[in-house]
Amino acid sequence: MEALVMFLYDIPIVGLIFQFGGYLISILPTTGPIFLFAAAPIALGSMCGLMNERSGIVNIGIEGMMLASAFVAAYAASALVASGVAAGSDGPFGANTPLIVGVLAAMVAGMVVSSLHAWLTITIRADQIISGTIINITALGLTSYLNQILSKASPPSAGTFQPFIVPADIVNLPFVGWFINAVLNQRPITLSIIVIVIVMQIMLFRSRWGLRTRAVGEHPKAAETVGINVIRLRYRNVILGGIFAGLAGASLALESAGSFQNNMTVGRGFIALAALIFGRWTPLGAFGAAILFTASEALERSIRFVPPPGQLGEIMTAIPLQFYGALPYLITIVVLAGFVGRSIAPAAIGQPYERERRH
Amino acid sequence: MTDERDEMREPGDGPTEPPDETVTGATEAASEAEPPEAEPPEAAARAQSGLRRLWGIVVVPLGAVILAMVAGSVVILASQLFLGTDIDPTLPLVAYAAMIGGGLGSFNGIVETLVQAAPLVLAGLAVGVGFKAGLFNIGAQGQFLIGALATAYVGGLMREEPAPIAITLAVAAGILGGLVYGFIPGALKALTGAHEVVTTIMLNFVAISIVSFFVSGPLRVPQAPFALTIDVKNAHLPIIFGRNGHLGLMFALLAVPLIWWLLWRAKLGFEIRLVGANPEAARFAGTSPRRLIALTMALCGALAGLAGAGEVLGRVGHLTAPYATNVGFDAIAVALLGRANPVGILFAGLLLGTMKAGAGAMQIQAGIPVEIVDVIQGLILLFLAAEIIVRRLFRIRQARGGLEELATVTRSYGDSRSTG
Amino acid sequence: MTVSEHVSAPALEMRGITKRYPGVLANDNIDLDVRPGEIHALLGENGAGKSTLMNILYGLAVPDEGAILLDGEEVVIDSPADAIRRGISMVHQHFMLVPVLSVADNILLGEETMANPVFLDRGEAHRRIEELGKRFGFEIDPETPVSSLAVGWQQRVEILKALYREARILVLDEPTAVLTPQETKEIFAVLRRLAAEGHSIVFISHKLYEVLEIADRITVIRRGGVVGTTTPAETDEEQLAEMMVGREVQLTVDRGESNPGEAVLDVKDLRVRNDRGRETVHGVSFEVRAGEILGVAGVAGNGQDELVGAITGLRAPTSGTIKLDGADMTGASPRKLHEAGLAHVPGDRQRYGMVMSFPLTDNLVLTDYYRAPFARGPVRDEAAVAEAAIRLIEQFDVRTPSAFVPGSTLSGGNQQKLVVAREFSGDPKVLVLDQPTRGLDVGSIEFIHRQALAKRDAGTAILLVSAELDEVLELSDRIAVMYRGEIVAVVDGRTAVKEDVGLLMATGGKDRTGASNAAGGGAGSAA
Repeated sequence: MEALVMFLYDIPIVGLIFQFGGYLISILPTTGPIFLFAAAPIALGSMCGLMNERSGIVNIGIEGMMLASAFVAAYAASALVASGVAAGSDGPFGANTPLIVGVLAAMVAGMVVSSLHAWLTITIRADQIISGTIINITALGLTSYLNQILSKASPPSAGTFQPFIVPADIVNLPFVGWFINAVLNQRPITLSIIVIVIVMQIMLFRSRWGLRTRAVGEHPKAAETVGINVIRLRYRNVILGGIFAGLAGASLALESAGSFQNNMTVGRGFIALAALIFGRWTPLGAFGAAILFTASEALERSIRFVPPPGQLGEIMTAIPLQFYGALPYLITIVVLAGFVGRSIAPAAIGQPYERERRH
Repeated sequence: MTDERDEMREPGDGPTEPPDETVTGATEAASEAEPPEAEPPEAAARAQSGLRRLWGIVVVPLGAVILAMVAGSVVILASQLFLGTDIDPTLPLVAYAAMIGGGLGSFNGIVETLVQAAPLVLAGLAVGVGFKAGLFNIGAQGQFLIGALATAYVGGLMREEPAPIAITLAVAAGILGGLVYGFIPGALKALTGAHEVVTTIMLNFVAISIVSFFVSGPLRVPQAPFALTIDVKNAHLPIIFGRNGHLGLMFALLAVPLIWWLLWRAKLGFEIRLVGANPEAARFAGTSPRRLIALTMALCGALAGLAGAGEVLGRVGHLTAPYATNVGFDAIAVALLGRANPVGILFAGLLLGTMKAGAGAMQIQAGIPVEIVDVIQGLILLFLAAEIIVRRLFRIRQARGGLEELATVTRSYGDSRSTG
Repeated sequence: MTVSEHVSAPALEMRGITKRYPGVLANDNIDLDVRPGEIHALLGENGAGKSTLMNILYGLAVPDEGAILLDGEEVVIDSPADAIRRGISMVHQHFMLVPVLSVADNILLGEETMANPVFLDRGEAHRRIEELGKRFGFEIDPETPVSSLAVGWQQRVEILKALYREARILVLDEPTAVLTPQETKEIFAVLRRLAAEGHSIVFISHKLYEVLEIADRITVIRRGGVVGTTTPAETDEEQLAEMMVGREVQLTVDRGESNPGEAVLDVKDLRVRNDRGRETVHGVSFEVRAGEILGVAGVAGNGQDELVGAITGLRAPTSGTIKLDGADMTGASPRKLHEAGLAHVPGDRQRYGMVMSFPLTDNLVLTDYYRAPFARGPVRDEAAVAEAAIRLIEQFDVRTPSAFVPGSTLSGGNQQKLVVAREFSGDPKVLVLDQPTRGLDVGSIEFIHRQALAKRDAGTAILLVSAELDEVLELSDRIAVMYRGEIVAVVDGRTAVKEDVGLLMATGGKDRTGASNAAGGGAGSAA
């Protein structure tokens, strides 16, 4: 076995690919579990973008929506703890009332911010990119401002959700055990992304809602001529999309940090947008892109701490580490420009819809 | 895309064409007016229409600023609730007074306001010129960063040269860096149709990686405790007045009339505005919209790069790895508030500069966190976007001088072939 | 054919429909009745009011007067959804299909067959679609994306959409406009089958031979009013053409004599594709001489737009040559053509000819802004622009309070005068006039016609493309008739008989040699 591996590694040039594969396998047990954890907020953000863009509304405000939700999640949970609700962690996933209320509040916050986006883009017919910009600027400003004020009182933390503990028997299964553990040893919102992505994929392509949404995003006039209310459908989708941004924010605040920090999304909303585009506006594609983008970051860390040995190591340490961080954005530009397998947006995206006026 | 709308909107199938015959107020006046033979009525009409235009341009942004300040004071009042203290209804006034006092109340305050405003004006122009061509440049951030990086590099190389040479070359490097970084999304749009909004957002993050790589790698000062570039020494911009009023302020001050001249007096500016207002007519008129798109984005990048150069040479003299700036989104706010007009952008930049310069004093005197400035900035944009609210409240019937060019921006988001 | 000769209650009756738009009477007291199982053709020129009438039927427009009756009962139709509910379906000229969706999904959309409250039952839907296809003679794979279908099949999807909704009344708006003759034949077979099953069909067209071939009855409308209702047995193409275009020829401008000189514009074997990549100009050749007006007559959509686009540099031809004054200008840019002496009054002035947000001054130098006297080096000379603009505004009688107001403040007539002022003023060698008077009032039309004739007399070669046959007849020295992307005849403008040209426009004529007595054309397609 070892001899075979060494043989493959020694093939000129092609051997590098085997070495790379071997390196990935060797780092997977340590980086695997964080893939999903880090990818979940991004994938959730993509789902928010998907709900908007599939029905024809550009959303570059995912970042702001996530940030506002994270703020509300942290402070709603904290307020409950401050008012005397027990923050013990007896439930599954270490859940307690403040944490659950925090998640719900974040979902509502996401919907509220999305309602603003819906109103501006659908009713006011304001420029959709400006609307997203407004949300990003205002959310960053308002959450930072309030956080400055509120954090003075050192609000109590409700803690964080805890990962699901996979039974030892399963973890110890040969070959698949570690993988199952990597996937399932997660906190609840992170785990939910698996369900959400599958459900969204099925709903988008198999349900009446999905058919109508796609039609409205592609050719709203055609949808209107068969009796579909384009305005109502867009409103509903944009606002419901806010739930996903809310979950993404809640995941950041209540699954990793346990509190709110200024600008804690640090661009994840924009990576979500990139993942949506790279994933060609499909739930599964966006999820895959989110995992890939996360892997790129994980690779950066691994190379820094445990560089691969041999020839591959020399090459990979010679590549600037920042390259891995920039990779998601670079490949998004590449697919958008159509250099490799063009990614094409829903046709009606960005155009305000004006209902047929009856003369 | 537009074809389809027009076809659908047409009520009859031919001679009717009601939009043509539906005449706005001005035309009714037109049919009554005498033929424009005599000079005096012509000149008077021109002056009057000029005044009305100016009012149309100014009134909505002004209303938006006022409403945003009012809404901001509601935020200030409401935030007292969280603290559990008694609500002090005068607090917003105290805070705003402190902010204005801090920004404009003293000579040093005014200088600081100008220092804050200079990059905002330049980056605002970088976004505003894009608007004129129907382009939404969200990439001022990245262009600023690459400009700053190029300046820090060349400034470091030239640190022992005589100041005029060092400064000129370092500034030129900044302009060139921004130009190249703006040209990339422009060329991508012209050649492949990749929408500039998405590509510039992505390139902003790529720029952060690039800066981080160079500053913590090849350009890092070896003995420094953290990653930064070598001091530019002789390339430092001289302080021309006050404590920190550096020469870079003149860049912004000169760029405004220059860009105004370019847009309204030069052929190139006419072509840029033509592409933004009607790309089809631009083709008809014999221009090449693709070439103009790439060129305009490069020009935008150059302006943002100049802003970056001014910041590096005028303030710190070096670049750090995690150089934090929000200039990109601030620039969008400035450009929109200034209605993409160079003079408007100057005033908008000064306004936001005042708020930023005075924010510190406000925090000390009124205990209001500086972040309220960002809140007000976002609210200004909100009221600008929801112009109808401003118009209702201030009883303005029809606002002219808006950003008609924006109509071509988002609409092309999904349509890669729209640029022709 | 399938019509029961005894009088049955009409499936659809429109009574006294009147619809006014500002300045235009689009429908003037129109009566129309369609019996069950009948194919009823609505025949009229572009702009006669057919679409307005059908928009009223489909709930897209509200009539000012009149009533709609379905099976003898008066109804109010207030939206397309309402029309669909009442069994009326419309196949729009521009298909209302979502290209990326499959055939089945397009058909299902809005009328979904559900397996449960959430999910579609695609299996059942496919079964029904296949069954419908079999019944009406066109089997189609429901899984195919619509974007990969030929136009003819897309139309069938539209018809299937209507059948899936169990429509009883089908309105087809110019269904053959985008079809090849073979596709047309096939679609006619489908329509006959539908009628045989009891569906009522309203068939909108301006093509005489088609109407004679497919319709049970024909209602002709002209200028918003019904001229008459007849059957194919009682009429022929000549009579229909006369009903459709009318007899009155208004000669308002005395065209005078022309003295044609050398050929200035020389077009040979020109082939051009439209935006969808389909060739719509199939090897057109002609020349225009100095001091003459060559009119291109034709029903809109027969390749005129692409022809004009290729000549004016806005569209690249796929093959053929264009020579201007002897120099090869094939594929030249609009600017190069302009500099070589070509001026162009575009058909869609708001899209190409003007920038609505720019002041009149800038609009008046739109094609000359870059050179002396309007610019020196990189700088524009505003004073020279203003001076020229004020002069042109006066000279061409553009009604405006100032030369500095935006173009959007002008009325349609004055906008067109502005474009004419700009394009006529540069002393062009060749002048391309595309629909120069579309949508204008009588005064403006006369003004523009006089200007065109004056240019001709000054020795300019003029190519006039117009869907208004009267205009072509009135101005042209020679008339080229364009039909399905080809010039089917060139006739003398002074001796041309309107009915003959109208017939050529509608049928392409039997006789392709270009004689002026092509009037004897019978039924049948010429392609």
